[in-house]
Amino acid sequence: MRFLWHGITGFVIRRLLLGLLTLLLVSIVVFAATQTLPGDPARAILGRSATPDSLRALRAQLNLNHSAIVQYGDWLKGLLTGNLGTSLAARQPVSAVIGKRVENSAFLMFLAAIVSIPLAIVIGAVTARRRDSKFDHGMSVGLLGLAALPEFVVAILLVVLLGTTVFQVFPAVSLIPPQDYPWQHMNELVLPVLTLVIAVTPYISRIMRASMVEVLESDYVEMARLKGMSERKVLWRHSVPNGIAPTIQVIALNLAYLAGGIVVVEFVFGYPGIGAAFVDAVANRDIPVVQALAILIAAVYVLLNVAADVVTILVSPRLRTSLK
Amino acid sequence: MSAAAPVLEVEGLRVEVERTGIDIVEEITFDVGAGEVLGLVGESGSGKSTVGVALLGHARRGARIAGGHVRIEGRDILGLPADQLRALRGRTVSYVPQDPGAALNPALRIRLQLEETLAAHGFGSSDDERALRLEEMLDEVLLPHDDQFLRRYPHQLSGGQQQRVGLAMAFACRPRVIVLDEPTTGLDVTTQAHVLETVRSLCDAHGVAAVYVSHDLAVVATLADRVAVMYGGRIVELGPERALFKNSAHPYTRRLVEAIPELSGRHALEGIPGTPPRPGHRGAGCFFAPRCMYAVERCTTEFPPAARVSGRHVVRCFRHEDVLAVGARERRPAAPRPQGPSETLIRIESVNAAHGDRQVLFDIGLAVRPRECVALVGESGSGKTTLARCVAGLHRSFTGTIEFDGRDLPHDARARDRKTRREIQYIFQSPYSSLNPRKTIGQIINQPLRLFFELNRQQRYDRIASALDRVQLGPSVVPRYPHELSGGERQRVAIARALAAEPTLLVCDEVTSALDVSVQAAIVDLLAELQRDMQLGLLFVTHNLALIRTIAEHVAVMSGGRIVEAGKVDDVLDSPQQDYTKALLADTPSMETALAAAERE
Amino acid sequence: MSEAAAVATTPPLVAPAQPRPVVLLLRRSWQQARTKVGVTLVLLLVGIAVVGPFFAPHSPSAFVGAPYAHPSSHAWLGTDNLGRDVFSRFLWGGRSVLGLAIAATALGLALGVTIGLFAAYASATADDFLMRAMDVILAFPSLVLALVAVATVGPQLWLLVLVVGITTAPRVSRVTRGSSVEIVERDFVRAAEAIGEPRRKILLGEILPNVASPLLVEASLRLTYSVGLIAALSFLGFGLQPPAADWGLMINENRQGLTVQPWGVVAPVLAIALLTIGTSLIGDGVARASSGIERGSDEE
Repeated sequence: MRFLWHGITGFVIRRLLLGLLTLLLVSIVVFAATQTLPGDPARAILGRSATPDSLRALRAQLNLNHSAIVQYGDWLKGLLTGNLGTSLAARQPVSAVIGKRVENSAFLMFLAAIVSIPLAIVIGAVTARRRDSKFDHGMSVGLLGLAALPEFVVAILLVVLLGTTVFQVFPAVSLIPPQDYPWQHMNELVLPVLTLVIAVTPYISRIMRASMVEVLESDYVEMARLKGMSERKVLWRHSVPNGIAPTIQVIALNLAYLAGGIVVVEFVFGYPGIGAAFVDAVANRDIPVVQALAILIAAVYVLLNVAADVVTILVSPRLRTSLK
Repeated sequence: MSAAAPVLEVEGLRVEVERTGIDIVEEITFDVGAGEVLGLVGESGSGKSTVGVALLGHARRGARIAGGHVRIEGRDILGLPADQLRALRGRTVSYVPQDPGAALNPALRIRLQLEETLAAHGFGSSDDERALRLEEMLDEVLLPHDDQFLRRYPHQLSGGQQQRVGLAMAFACRPRVIVLDEPTTGLDVTTQAHVLETVRSLCDAHGVAAVYVSHDLAVVATLADRVAVMYGGRIVELGPERALFKNSAHPYTRRLVEAIPELSGRHALEGIPGTPPRPGHRGAGCFFAPRCMYAVERCTTEFPPAARVSGRHVVRCFRHEDVLAVGARERRPAAPRPQGPSETLIRIESVNAAHGDRQVLFDIGLAVRPRECVALVGESGSGKTTLARCVAGLHRSFTGTIEFDGRDLPHDARARDRKTRREIQYIFQSPYSSLNPRKTIGQIINQPLRLFFELNRQQRYDRIASALDRVQLGPSVVPRYPHELSGGERQRVAIARALAAEPTLLVCDEVTSALDVSVQAAIVDLLAELQRDMQLGLLFVTHNLALIRTIAEHVAVMSGGRIVEAGKVDDVLDSPQQDYTKALLADTPSMETALAAAERE
Repeated sequence: MSEAAAVATTPPLVAPAQPRPVVLLLRRSWQQARTKVGVTLVLLLVGIAVVGPFFAPHSPSAFVGAPYAHPSSHAWLGTDNLGRDVFSRFLWGGRSVLGLAIAATALGLALGVTIGLFAAYASATADDFLMRAMDVILAFPSLVLALVAVATVGPQLWLLVLVVGITTAPRVSRVTRGSSVEIVERDFVRAAEAIGEPRRKILLGEILPNVASPLLVEASLRLTYSVGLIAALSFLGFGLQPPAADWGLMINENRQGLTVQPWGVVAPVLAIALLTIGTSLIGDGVARASSGIERGSDEE
């Protein structure tokens, strides 16, 4: 048992447990928020013409006769066993409603990640090497501007620029037939992925640049030069390993951010993912779906944060050795 | 000692600010022979570190080497193309940095950082040869060469070990010239002594020409054969170590030597009023003229050319003959220490303190009498600062009693009554951190006045002015912000703030460690004077044994959280009883012992 | 002092007295080109939002032509999806976004600074507890949290301000705490403790003035963020409801007619874009100025 609590494994486990605790607290918040409905949900669903019998039946079905804590317990149990409740709007199990969509959204996030991460690292490293040059200044202002724009603004601007008004290169909506896989329609994915890439690249590249600059101006890099190391060795052996650590944190945080960013992006492009489903559910006051998706998105967020912490420790020898 | 042709020749070196062309150092000329150690001394802003890295053809960010020659074995390295220069660095001329912890890459193991120096310069034609060489290198600097040690990361080594690794890397390829930039800053006196020994023996064994950059003249006196003194970016005096220190020809050198605290404590410490000029503010004549007591009209209009005093002793001063003629100046003898009264101001009994769950003080007993100064001496980690903080109420986790004026003191400063808080004042080590950067000097000094006294506006202003006056600062600093003042001036403000409370006990925690030698002398002198004039009790914490005779009557030597030896200063320093004290005294570099040793040769 | 007579007079402190640090920071921020551009943009758009309605040629709910009609002398930017004048609705549409965003940011700052300062200076357990609470809020994207709230209570404006404010607070508290923790370690805080300054006075008098610079930067970042979030919520249909004139709402309403008449979308989108770029530039200008000042004052 000792093995499980100490060293790196111990740290990972502890961090995971902390994440789970956070998730639990989040679930309480979500549940509490959504159950403070004024009025009677059963009546709201069945409408004014409902008979008292049907109301009673629905209330029993929705578990509304029990206390809040029992309801929460049941819901939590359901979550953990894969029963996410029943969608009020679709009258189907939530899992059926969102199943395919999770796949679609995951693919979208995946594409955004594999484009933005290498791109941002390269931009960060290059601007750090050429700091204070015109290129660097230009990039810095440009990235600053892009980072400031809300995602939906970026999405709309891209649609205007490349989809409808200025040029008409890509489709303005990304409707994918429900039976198809998203990678069969790459053309429809370009604009949404581009929006997401623009949303996160500036932050990652900025942190990469900052940490590389700090490393390049450090005493040990100066010492490496004074020892006669070649510039290539200075960059790759001495600088990058040190510069990458803070960047990894930001990368994970930004990936987590993407989990929220897809909400707007899917809405704009009509992409059949969980983001669009979430907006629909909110509009329809479809509480079970809202709850399930909120928890799902929060879980992705928390997991990525945990991953960020763990990777940071692994990458930094100082922190790693202090874990014994 | 010195070979026929010098290994390192520097001629007219000039380094300037890249953007503006303002000179940082200029007209730097000296040479060093094989096996010889040249000490390059100066205070902050003198440009000595700039010269140090320039000897490798390097300039720090924002600076540029603009002229002159640096010849190593006849070859001018300043004109070389980048790849040839790179080949030289680490192989023919190498560098030992000031902060070994910062100079080692935190992400790479020690073995790799040592090996790459060898590999980069083509040393050894096989892995085995290199491994053998690695063992040799580590043996030379008295470090273990087993695998477990080599697999460590820099942060797993102590400061002394890190510096030895730096030395090993520097000597690895048997360079002809080695530049050491204050390599013992931040090391314990004992470690420092070992490191200096190692440097000396390596230089002797391999006939390396060494340039030792430092602000610590006592260390330089122990190690160097010849010394160059820098001020305002120029070399103002250059000569054999003994001649330069015993019979300085330049007024600045003379004052600098007089500012060094001596273990014998025969003379009072004297600082140099004023501050050195920064690049761009240096003026046309001799840079030292505004602070020099020999200055005449000519000194303010022309910069003195180099004049030969004797053989290899050169100086840049118009009045050097007068300076030499004066001989040893009549120095103020140290003021006699008054006999203290017998009652106690602070009594510390059976104090055990802890940091978290680690015990750092073991059964401490100490007393300070009113109007008397007790010095608390020890290396870093000895617990002296912790003890001082317990007295001040800043460190709360301890057991035992601290009595002040006969009353038991609560551990937390906030729990103490107003009178006690007023009467015990604490002065911190770093003048850069102890003043709120967002407050003016006036507001800073007003703080104790606000808390302890009921005063109207005029009275407050008067008290602030008089507190400043006591520390020799004028009322013009009142509306200024801390970053506009120098380190020495800031420390004076901190003292003024303490004085404004009208204390009976001053606790000074290494208050001069962050300051230049001449500034340190002035502050210590000031404290001694204040203590006499205002009849204050003083608890003076320091790691520098040489300082205490100037200021203290009693001393307690600490090590590892215990008081190892305590008693009257004269007794403890002249006839130490404990081994630790004896070793500490032996390891403390001293100008007098160095000069005496040189004389015997 | 015996040397005083013999020694040449020491040069007096030559630099003139400096202004208060905050003023200095603002002045140096203004010197950056990007700050000037940012301030211009923000003033322009705030101007449009605040005084725009007085210049609107038509009422924002009046029908002036066929839906999606092209720009004419009658309707300078054409008409929207219901035939209302885009230009007039555009001039009216900034107030809600701006007003709500400012209110939310102010709320978030007030909460965040208080929590952050307290956490930095209080005991370790209090600090831990507060930061864990902040972590829970940070555990999901603000938009999702806002939407969950809206799903429950409905699209109320006070709810938007509350939720955006609550999601802003943890980020502000993190920055505040981070900067404060560094300050708390410094000796001048110890010195204040040693003399016995009361806790509250230390927080306000010693610590807060020193975190002012990073807070200013963070404030502008948060404003940028709040504008984006509030506009996004309106865009999704959870802010102001039709027939109100609101930039976010307009963008969504007029999306269908993009190929025919883009102005109903382009005008508000550009407005929001320029506003967020402006606030972001100001924040960056202040950040650069403050790091420049710090570098300068450390040169001893």
